[in-house]
Amino acid sequence: MSTLEILFYALSAFAVISAAMVLISKNPIHSVLWLILVFFAISGHYILLNAQFLAIVNIIVYAGAIMVLFLFVIMLMNVKSDNEPQKKLFTKFIGVLSGGSLLTLLIALVKQTVQLEGKEVMMKEGTIGLIHPLGKALFSDYVVPFEISSVLFLSAMVGAVIIGKK
Amino acid sequence: MPIQYYIFFCLTLFSIGVIGVLTRRNAIIVFMCVELMLNAVNLLLVAFSKMHHAAGLKIAATSTAGIDAQIFVFFIMVVAAAEVSVGLAIIVMMFRNTHSIDINFLNRLKN
Repeated sequence: MSTLEILFYALSAFAVISAAMVLISKNPIHSVLWLILVFFAISGHYILLNAQFLAIVNIIVYAGAIMVLFLFVIMLMNVKSDNEPQKKLFTKFIGVLSGGSLLTLLIALVKQTVQLEGKEVMMKEGTIGLIHPLGKALFSDYVVPFEISSVLFLSAMVGAVIIGKK
Repeated sequence: MPIQYYIFFCLTLFSIGVIGVLTRRNAIIVFMCVELMLNAVNLLLVAFSKMHHAAGLKIAATSTAGIDAQIFVFFIMVVAAAEVSVGLAIIVMMFRNTHSIDINFLNRLKN
């Protein structure tokens, strides 16, 4: 087994275990911290795929900004973890069952797809994930969506302030 | 690395997110599970972009095939950041009105 494969399996196992811990932990703050670990594992995957720009953006935006927002909200609300309402055991069982059957169905579907056979993902090399080609494409072909996204941010900011002031 | 491995991994993460949405009642945890699903799809898009790029390089050595997917992922992250700010504002408003973040309180919309 090559180093890349070992890294892939290790990061995948790490991400899946952390994602499961997000659901299992009772305290919402622990859930947020586990989710940050998932995001770091996914950033590791981006680095393995040589998508360096997205790896850094993922850490800054998700693990940095969004998760801090979640932490702030949880700490503002001061939610007690011990009296959190739980769903009925039967409902939980049905939820896990339907999620598991969704996973099984999709995996079976992918396994039979002949179009995907023999397709390799390029790891560790390739230049499209670097900041130079991405920036070129972003500011030539995608400059209009880029500018529209600033309007989206403005409207999100106004919306959050208005909802928060009520 | 074959593309199937990436698909299996992302499907697992996505299903964990689905299970979280179905089994938890805390609105913040449900929201975090939605973020988890969004991230799984992002990773799958990048994996497909690299698969497409490997195929494009065989045709032309200077091909930039697959760069669109990475820009899509960038825009998904932009939209996710905006979505989280509004969503958390809504959750805070709900907490102020009901003093709880139990999503079962939201069924009063039915009447």
